[in-house]
Amino acid sequence: MTYDGPIGEEDTDMKVVTDEAKCCGAGQCVLLAPEVFGQRDEDGVVVLLEPRPAEDRHAAVREAAAVCPGAAIRLDEDA
Amino acid sequence: MSADEQTLSYPIPNDAALDPPAEWAELRAGCPVAHVRLPSGDRATLLTRYTDVKRVLADPRSTRLLNAPDAARLSAEGDGVFSGELAAIIPDSGAEHQHWRRLVGRWFTAKRMNALRPAMVQIAEDLIDDMVKRGAPGDLRAGLGFPLPVYVICDMLGVPAADRDRFSYWSDTLLNLTRYGKEEADAAQGEFFEYMSGLVAAKRAEPGDDLLSELIAAGGPEDGGLTDVQILVTGMALLVAGHETTANMIGKMVAMLLADRTRWERLLADPSLIRTAVEESLRFDANAGFGLPRYLNAETEVGGTVLPRGTTVVCSMAAANRDETVFGNAGEMDLARSPNPHLAFGHGAHSCLGQALARTELQVALEVLLRRLPTLELAVPVEKLERVEGLAVGGLREVPVRW
Repeated sequence: MTYDGPIGEEDTDMKVVTDEAKCCGAGQCVLLAPEVFGQRDEDGVVVLLEPRPAEDRHAAVREAAAVCPGAAIRLDEDA
Repeated sequence: MSADEQTLSYPIPNDAALDPPAEWAELRAGCPVAHVRLPSGDRATLLTRYTDVKRVLADPRSTRLLNAPDAARLSAEGDGVFSGELAAIIPDSGAEHQHWRRLVGRWFTAKRMNALRPAMVQIAEDLIDDMVKRGAPGDLRAGLGFPLPVYVICDMLGVPAADRDRFSYWSDTLLNLTRYGKEEADAAQGEFFEYMSGLVAAKRAEPGDDLLSELIAAGGPEDGGLTDVQILVTGMALLVAGHETTANMIGKMVAMLLADRTRWERLLADPSLIRTAVEESLRFDANAGFGLPRYLNAETEVGGTVLPRGTTVVCSMAAANRDETVFGNAGEMDLARSPNPHLAFGHGAHSCLGQALARTELQVALEVLLRRLPTLELAVPVEKLERVEGLAVGGLREVPVRW
């Protein structure tokens, strides 16, 4: 169930980039991966909380990028 | 475009309440950029493929300037919420639109929606209590779908609970030129405008914790805020955009889940699927209404066809959401589908401002229904469900249920 191998190394293989200009504040990313994405209180624009999310967040981050209506989330998976 | 293409009437007539018309698949395969004739008699270009719809919705050349002299009229009676003087008060594009959107957007963040959730659950619980008191069978649309979103919008705008039902009536009238006459719709719009003017004045005198008060507090245009008329129209737009759409979607979602009751049972067994089930209901909705009309202010190439400036394009998000090249088993309702990049809320800078609100309302409605009325079932055969064709929004006239 739990994996006791080395941690930390895997954490670096996804890099998240957000584009504030494209963000339309839909909030899907925050609902899907609240540890990685937030929204500014004053206008709802995305705030990137964790540019290099841990591996257990990768699926949610990929989903957030896929469904973002502003196409404002870019992922670099080999970073 | 091919020479053998016929001019379709749009909206495409369809008697099945929950199933798509056969034409969608044919158009996607053979005529993805199709000439259609609108109820007004004017011509427009219909898009049905996912990639085309998504690209055009996000393209700045496709505008909402449906008042342009050469834009197609949607219906002979007038285009209601799609055009008119009121719609023109909210900036349509560019930096001004983004500014407006961000001023209002702060009220639709995920955090705000999570904060609103307990109040929504309470509203849903109370409405279901009333349904249970009246006894089965009942109409889920009238009992839950229609009142829930209008009560929530009233709370957000700071409208007293006593005025909720007047709000429902105005909203219904403004969107249904076919059901109400033009005179009745104009009268309702006048009353609504007057009520909202009074409400804005009241909030200015005595601010509350609501959207109107916060828009007022942002100051006038010179301070980066909105004019009084813009604030008023913004409030009206939220009701018009957020009421009937969500009301109908609650009814359609429940109808789709009960039409094949194994879907409902799957959710009873595993309520963690509620989120993806809501998204799949949005994708699978074959009775979504007109789609989004756009006016091209410059020549635009779509799917290999060059559309001239001045073309009115109709984006059918519902047809795009059934595109097999994007969604595996697109004709199946898969309650666990993920990711589900459907276009039910549009796409790009103009995608639905209230989508987080709509999602939360749909999730709450489903969650409370599953918990309170697990034995829920349709009280009529699926074939007896009747569509209602508003100009903007598709829905079901009634959703008769028992429990």
